[in-house]
Amino acid sequence: MKTMRPATEGELAELVAGANAPLRIVGGGTRMIGEAEGEVVSSTGMTGVTLHEPGALTLVVKAGTPVREVAEVLKGEGQRLAFEPMDHRRLLGTEGEPTIGGVVAANVSGPRRVQAGACRDFLLGVRFVDGTGQVVKNGGRVMKNVTGYDLVKLMAGSHGTLGILTELSFKVLAIPEAEVTLVAHGLDAEAGVKALSDALGSPFDVSGAAHLGDGTAGAARTQVRIEGLESSVTYRKGRLAELLPGFEAVEGAESAALWDEVRDVLPFAGAEGAVWRVSVKPSDGPRLCRALEAEGVAHKAMLDWGGGLVWLLVESGGDAGAFQIRAQVARLGGHATLVRGRPEGVPVFQPETPALAALARGLRQRYDPRGILNPGLMG
Amino acid sequence: MQMPEPNATVLSARDRLLARLREVLPEEAVISDPAETRAYECDALTAYRCPPLAAVLPGTTEEVSAVLRICHEAGVPVVPRGAGTSLAGGSLPTADCVVLGVSRMTEVLETNYADRYIRVQTGRTNLSVTGAVEENDFFYAPDPSSQLACAIAGNVAMNSGGAHCLKYGVTTNNLLGVTMVLMDGTVLDLGGAHLDAGGLDLLGLVCGSEGQLGVVTEATLRILRKPEGARPVLIGFDANETAGACVSDIIRSGILPVAIEFMDRPCIEACEAFAHAGYPMCEALLIVEVEGSEGEIADQLQRIVAIAETHKPVALREAGDADEAARIWLGRKSAFGAMGQINDYMCLDGTIPVSSLPEVLRRMGELSRQYGLGVANVFHAGDGNMHPLILYNANEPGQLELCEELGAEILKLCVEVGGCLTGEHGVGVEKRELMLHQYAPADLEAQMAVKDVFDPGWLLNPAKVFPLASSEARRMAAE
Repeated sequence: MKTMRPATEGELAELVAGANAPLRIVGGGTRMIGEAEGEVVSSTGMTGVTLHEPGALTLVVKAGTPVREVAEVLKGEGQRLAFEPMDHRRLLGTEGEPTIGGVVAANVSGPRRVQAGACRDFLLGVRFVDGTGQVVKNGGRVMKNVTGYDLVKLMAGSHGTLGILTELSFKVLAIPEAEVTLVAHGLDAEAGVKALSDALGSPFDVSGAAHLGDGTAGAARTQVRIEGLESSVTYRKGRLAELLPGFEAVEGAESAALWDEVRDVLPFAGAEGAVWRVSVKPSDGPRLCRALEAEGVAHKAMLDWGGGLVWLLVESGGDAGAFQIRAQVARLGGHATLVRGRPEGVPVFQPETPALAALARGLRQRYDPRGILNPGLMG
Repeated sequence: MQMPEPNATVLSARDRLLARLREVLPEEAVISDPAETRAYECDALTAYRCPPLAAVLPGTTEEVSAVLRICHEAGVPVVPRGAGTSLAGGSLPTADCVVLGVSRMTEVLETNYADRYIRVQTGRTNLSVTGAVEENDFFYAPDPSSQLACAIAGNVAMNSGGAHCLKYGVTTNNLLGVTMVLMDGTVLDLGGAHLDAGGLDLLGLVCGSEGQLGVVTEATLRILRKPEGARPVLIGFDANETAGACVSDIIRSGILPVAIEFMDRPCIEACEAFAHAGYPMCEALLIVEVEGSEGEIADQLQRIVAIAETHKPVALREAGDADEAARIWLGRKSAFGAMGQINDYMCLDGTIPVSSLPEVLRRMGELSRQYGLGVANVFHAGDGNMHPLILYNANEPGQLELCEELGAEILKLCVEVGGCLTGEHGVGVEKRELMLHQYAPADLEAQMAVKDVFDPGWLLNPAKVFPLASSEARRMAAE
């Protein structure tokens, strides 16, 4: 099927207004979660940095711009996207270039989410084309803005079902001088998450807290990251070492590699099986794993966000553990997304309560009355 | 200020409505005596007042649901109210409305240090959330200057900020979940204690929706461990431009101060006259505060001073201890009070890109001269959130109108340079009619479509946020 690649927002608006069949919206096509039907509309014709103002910590960029290019532009001024977006390519075995619009459409946020916030927290403004072909803007490029409703948050994570993103503005932050990771091996999930919790509850500004279960990436590994000014990192490293006996410090590139592994879920990259991404409160991470073990759902687990983001690798047979995982998550409070290996009939996203589903349906109906934007993807 | 005509049908059915409300609420929770409803006639935007038909003070989510169901059936507008500290008229009543106050709902429902959250009823004040976790050295980060009085309900409705959001973000960045009641009485949970809610980000949509989408009765808030310490440095400059450039250099250097406050000369003079903080007399003052251990603070302050020195400051005062820190903050913290001593004032909160600071201050000065009204500036410079205080005399006929005109011009200027009408106070009734300067009709249509979904009858806080003419058809259709 041919891919339509409008070069401007205006062209895109015309295309959508004139469409009479479902459209499947893609960025770089590296994160095919779920299967929307339709003619493919790619944002990759709309690229480029519109504005980068390092002294105001702001970046405005077209949605189809590759994440790599965004990172390079920012790096030139010693800055970065602080929410550390995941690159899905190795986990999903996809090719192509992830786009910044795709990152926003799925609200993709990495290990630093525990400290700095998610993609949606750094997103200051959006422009998008809704399902009727109308161009809409919301927010802007300033860090504090409560002028009207916050559609910026609504668009982040809406997976192209409410509109097609065309331009985005972000708050960006400086790349810190130094980073150090404190690592321990051999802890079980409960002890690992307890250590993460102690670290995150300390005054030492932890910017990453993950536990890789036994057999996920060798022996169980628990890791805590601090970043900042050189002298401050040295100080906090010492204080955290007192708080976390048995943890050893790893610095520089070696430290960074540990977090790339977590951010991109590399331990599950080459492995057989379905991959779930589960969000629960941190102390429920180990509880979820134990409950699944008790129910005979064999899995490997990597816990990020202090224990609250659980990546599960399960056997892909049957429903890939969907019934038990979703039931446990519903009991604990949270949600589970099937990121890789979907058996027939298993919904990608956690089913919502009727009242929530009605609101979501209502919003989609208003923004896309003909139901042509990624139909069926979110419900 | 124009407000919609009260609905005559609603007014004539008052007694029946009160009787129904008393069926679901305790006697003392339904306030209908005109002498008592007067207490709800305005919020902190005191220039506009209108006693409501009645005020109700439910004590539980179930009671809120029962009240809303009754009002929904009877087609009665409802104005939700936290502590009534809105500067934008966010809880200004109409004569045909029921004010729904959450002031009796102040309980802490759950505190969890391992997972770093607290769940509270939303009538609880902002400062008392921190009060509930302080003995364990935790705090709730958003700190609007009304934090002693303002309620979490209002913080969520307005997505409140504060002086420390450069580092910690505003309400929406610290809100994990809510229990809310829709206008038809439906009770919903959005989010929870986990970090990202599933499905569409309705939590992010509700935060900052000015009480127009639902009544938030419970909130799960992220709490953080207190830093080891904090200390400010005071830096004076002989030009606003220089101070603005210094702000940019600091925030791009990689140091993340917890606050950067900016005061211009009119503000410095008023503060000195009132608080005698010992500020140097100059064109612009910055107060930059950093956090951490003693060593970390010293390192950061040293770097900030080094940056400041490249801009040739006319004054530089580093706080050596808590006492000196308190004195540096004294003037800033009494700025609004100082202004109130010498004048009536209107406080705006337009936000601009930090790089436009010098231009905006210069043009604001020109506008001030043109209108013959003084404008003093004290604001959160790190995030561009200005707080121009327009000084006027409320007793002199025509001055309020003149002040509002000047205010509108200043806010249009903020939008023109790439900023917005309001950074943390909200639109309310105050800036409602200016929305078309920031947004095209289609942009407002997309926002109003959200209200259509949550509150199809446009009964919740209906005459706020959107220009009256823009929302008229919807409000009329609903009646």
